[in-house]
Amino acid sequence: MANVIYSINGPVVKLRDTKDFSMLEMVYVGKNKIIGEVISITSKETTIQVYESTTGLKPGEPVYPTGSPLCATLGPGILSNIFDGIERPLKNMAKNEGAFIGIGSDIPSLNLDKKYSVDITVKVGDELKGGDVYATCQETALILHKCMLSPMLSGKVVSVKDNGYYSVNDTVVVIEDEDGVKHDLTLCQKWPIRTPRPVQKRLPIDRPLITGQRIIDAMFPIAKGGTAAIPGGFGTGKTMTQHQLAKWCDADIIVYIGCGERGNEMTQVLEEFSELVDPRTNKALTDRTVLIANTSNMPVAAREASIYTGITLAEYYRDMGYHVAIMADSTSRWAEALREISGRLEEMPAEEGYPAYLPSRLSAFYERAGYMINLNDTEGSVTIIGAVSPQGADFSEPVTQNTKRFVRCFWALDKSLAYARHYPAINWMTSYSEYDDDFTNYYNEKIGKDFIPMKKRITALLAEEANLMEIVKLIGADVLPDDQKLVIEMAKVVRVGFLQQNAFHKDDTFVPMEKQYEMMKVILYLYDKANELVMRSIPISNIISTGIFDKLNRIKYDVPNDKLEMFKDYYKEIDEKIAESDR
Amino acid sequence: MAISVQYMGVNEINGSLVVLDNVKDASFEELVELKLDNGTSRLGRIVEIEGERVVVQVFEGTNDLSLKNTTTKFTGKPMELPLSKEMLGRIFNGAGKPIDGLGDIYPDEFEDINGKPINPVSRVYPRNYINTGISSIDALTTLIRGQKLPIFSDSGLSHNKLAVQIVRQAKIADEAGQGFGVVFAAMGVKNDVADYFKAKFEESGVLERVVMFLNLSNDPIIERILTPRCALTAAEYLAFKHNMHILVILTDMTSYAEAVREFSSSKGEIPGRKGFPGYLYSDFASLYERAGVIEGSTGSVTQIPILTMPNGDITHPIPDLTGYITEGQIVLDKGLSQAGIYPEISILPSLSRLMKDGIGEGYTRKDHQAVANQLFACYAKVNDARSLASVIGEEELSETDKAYLEFGRQFEQNFINQADNEDRTIEQTLDLGWDLLCLLPKQELDRIDTELLFQFYDSNRADRFRKMKKY
Repeated sequence: MANVIYSINGPVVKLRDTKDFSMLEMVYVGKNKIIGEVISITSKETTIQVYESTTGLKPGEPVYPTGSPLCATLGPGILSNIFDGIERPLKNMAKNEGAFIGIGSDIPSLNLDKKYSVDITVKVGDELKGGDVYATCQETALILHKCMLSPMLSGKVVSVKDNGYYSVNDTVVVIEDEDGVKHDLTLCQKWPIRTPRPVQKRLPIDRPLITGQRIIDAMFPIAKGGTAAIPGGFGTGKTMTQHQLAKWCDADIIVYIGCGERGNEMTQVLEEFSELVDPRTNKALTDRTVLIANTSNMPVAAREASIYTGITLAEYYRDMGYHVAIMADSTSRWAEALREISGRLEEMPAEEGYPAYLPSRLSAFYERAGYMINLNDTEGSVTIIGAVSPQGADFSEPVTQNTKRFVRCFWALDKSLAYARHYPAINWMTSYSEYDDDFTNYYNEKIGKDFIPMKKRITALLAEEANLMEIVKLIGADVLPDDQKLVIEMAKVVRVGFLQQNAFHKDDTFVPMEKQYEMMKVILYLYDKANELVMRSIPISNIISTGIFDKLNRIKYDVPNDKLEMFKDYYKEIDEKIAESDR
Repeated sequence: MAISVQYMGVNEINGSLVVLDNVKDASFEELVELKLDNGTSRLGRIVEIEGERVVVQVFEGTNDLSLKNTTTKFTGKPMELPLSKEMLGRIFNGAGKPIDGLGDIYPDEFEDINGKPINPVSRVYPRNYINTGISSIDALTTLIRGQKLPIFSDSGLSHNKLAVQIVRQAKIADEAGQGFGVVFAAMGVKNDVADYFKAKFEESGVLERVVMFLNLSNDPIIERILTPRCALTAAEYLAFKHNMHILVILTDMTSYAEAVREFSSSKGEIPGRKGFPGYLYSDFASLYERAGVIEGSTGSVTQIPILTMPNGDITHPIPDLTGYITEGQIVLDKGLSQAGIYPEISILPSLSRLMKDGIGEGYTRKDHQAVANQLFACYAKVNDARSLASVIGEEELSETDKAYLEFGRQFEQNFINQADNEDRTIEQTLDLGWDLLCLLPKQELDRIDTELLFQFYDSNRADRFRKMKKY
């Protein structure tokens, strides 16, 4: 019995009376051979979700099994590239088909013609186990690509090629496994996107991912190997924050997944990143970035897959011993894709129409993050930063709520801050990070023993301000006693001078930890000094009129990142101004 | 051309859907033609196929259809729009048929109205700003060529007037003035509104550069689903094949979304928020994403969709989902309108995501971003000062808060407010912005870096300004 299409409803295609397919198998659908995946099987019906537009498809057209699940191709050529949700290279598609995406294009993920200068790192007779590196090549100026034996294989090397120029599909090493079967090893391998790549073990989290964004690094830090969510209504700056993190965080590799978002945003990432230079390595940012773009008007099923494609690429680079950060913008669109397909399958919906398996899918995704010892004994990490777009900016909706349970860092974006153009609009009262305690050692050794106490004081100051603001809203700030006025003034310095950060200013867009630390220190120094005066009943207006608060607000612009010695002058000036006010 | 088979009668009629059995060789989303006994014909589209059972959505509605009186013909291709440059100056119905009595157009080509997604790699990031001559838009929510910037409005507000002013004043064409066009799609709007637009286009002498697609409020609802698709197909054709700069006005997206909801419920789909189908986001995206600039063409498609927020609620699914797709939004506000201010743009929730890359040195002026940030920040504080004043009275406010109140008043009356034929240059607008900022003490301006502040801040400006203006 031939496998032919029986029914078509949007991206869902059904077959009848066939036993040839297995769950999650990749299939080719129809005459145009568009890509699909088997998502349910009953004795009567096999259901397939299709990754492209089904317009023009007819019942009776054939469906071809491939025998393997939907896989990502992993090998050199991934970096600085841009793929769609099922790892098709968009640049090559544009070359072949023009500016609009056609259907049924089956283009290899990696450039098959490009030759890499390959060093073979094994010799005949070596025993290899899964994850072992057998060849290396310089993928980009920044990243050394390590070709690793697939975790499924092991065996003895029986032949190797000489070092030299090879392309992705050339055999460079041959191994023989225990059963005497020979395997040709090329520069690339395949891995099913829905299966996490195995590791030796998970390590406890102990160091932060430095992002250069003050409110994140100083207040709500994220770990290498950690998970964070950025929820926010539209226009609150989710994408902007993700871009800033992708540009400046100290990961070795960035996987940026544009999942159901705007086309122009992906273009912007492409353009901006190729112009920008990584401050740590002085190489183009694209050298360490891979983009996955499944914009909102591209097929919805591929949107669902894009998250998994992204994390599989990330895990592959982690296995080489790199620290990888994933920006998923936005996981809500992914959840909506689940809902849309679930609806077409006529499954029983749970909350707000989302399928009942939404929480388990979300947790399975976020749990693929972590700081690991890889099979080949190197250490690497995958950090996941997922944007969430709650409907109507209401954080009680299912995607935000479920995500909150599975991430340890929550950067809540706030509409009123965004309206006042206070960016990043991360609300300091509703955000949190559970990683603080894990970093105690790191802070004490690398930043300074007083970092944690300072941080606690700043948090307390902001909380106190929030309380006072309740009163100020009713009766105005003028009637407050001076010590409370000081809290309000100081909290304003923290908010405006420290937390608020200008992404378009050359010095302020990225701020090293040392400067953040100095800024906190000088702000609190002023607080202490001013507090002494206020305690002695000297009017706070004296201090305000010296303009010292204003001066501190501008530190972020006035002190360049490489001239931290300038902070000394600030202490001197504070002392002078305080003395001046003491009259 | 294959011989098409015709089918007599239908098996089921339900809302706008008809079901046919024993159909062979139908393809998904294929266009079908239904002929009635009385000689009229209607168009429909296949929306579901199950074996030999086919569900067809009839665009003009199923009135008068019976199980026997129709003959159905399958055309073998998806719905296509005939395209030609002659479409400029013509009027079509929601399904793309000419209704101005001037006859059919002679098509150069046919294109599937669903379009194809633009490859993100082939997009050119929009950077050229469009000077609309409206201060609040130019300075604070700058419109960029190739952007999709919706107007969130409510009944009784002047969204139509604003859209017309943008069309009239927008210097959207290149220096040569060549290749400028407007595609206007009306979905479920009143006859009066369509006439208003037509009259205004005529008045400003652009009518022969406008393509109109009209699905008025008494036209078939399902046809409404096609209207924006036809309009955008025409826009893409003119922009990318004929290198024109096309401004697309889609009004009213709320009626469109309601048509989608009606269609969804007649298909028996599981409803999501407020009864709208779960795929409304993807459906909107398939329209809004059809804007932009692409490589290999010098034209552009800029979209200004207009939607009315049901009950003025910005968290309603329609504005909410739109805001997640479009590159910003212009929000109109009833309060400002009642205060006699036109255009009644509510500054704080309005946003243009693309403005940061299309303004500043080389585009507008180097202080533009700083002025915009500062105006937003200050205006946000005006609201705090106002709510405080309403509790303790204006007299009791601190000097700074009083300055904010004055700033707020002046800002609304002189910056936001302008006549519907007043065309301000960007220099005028930015200078006006500085005049207003100078009403505030210097230390309040914390978004502007020291150098710019030194160059532009001058407290005499404020005095001069106060003398000149009435409020």
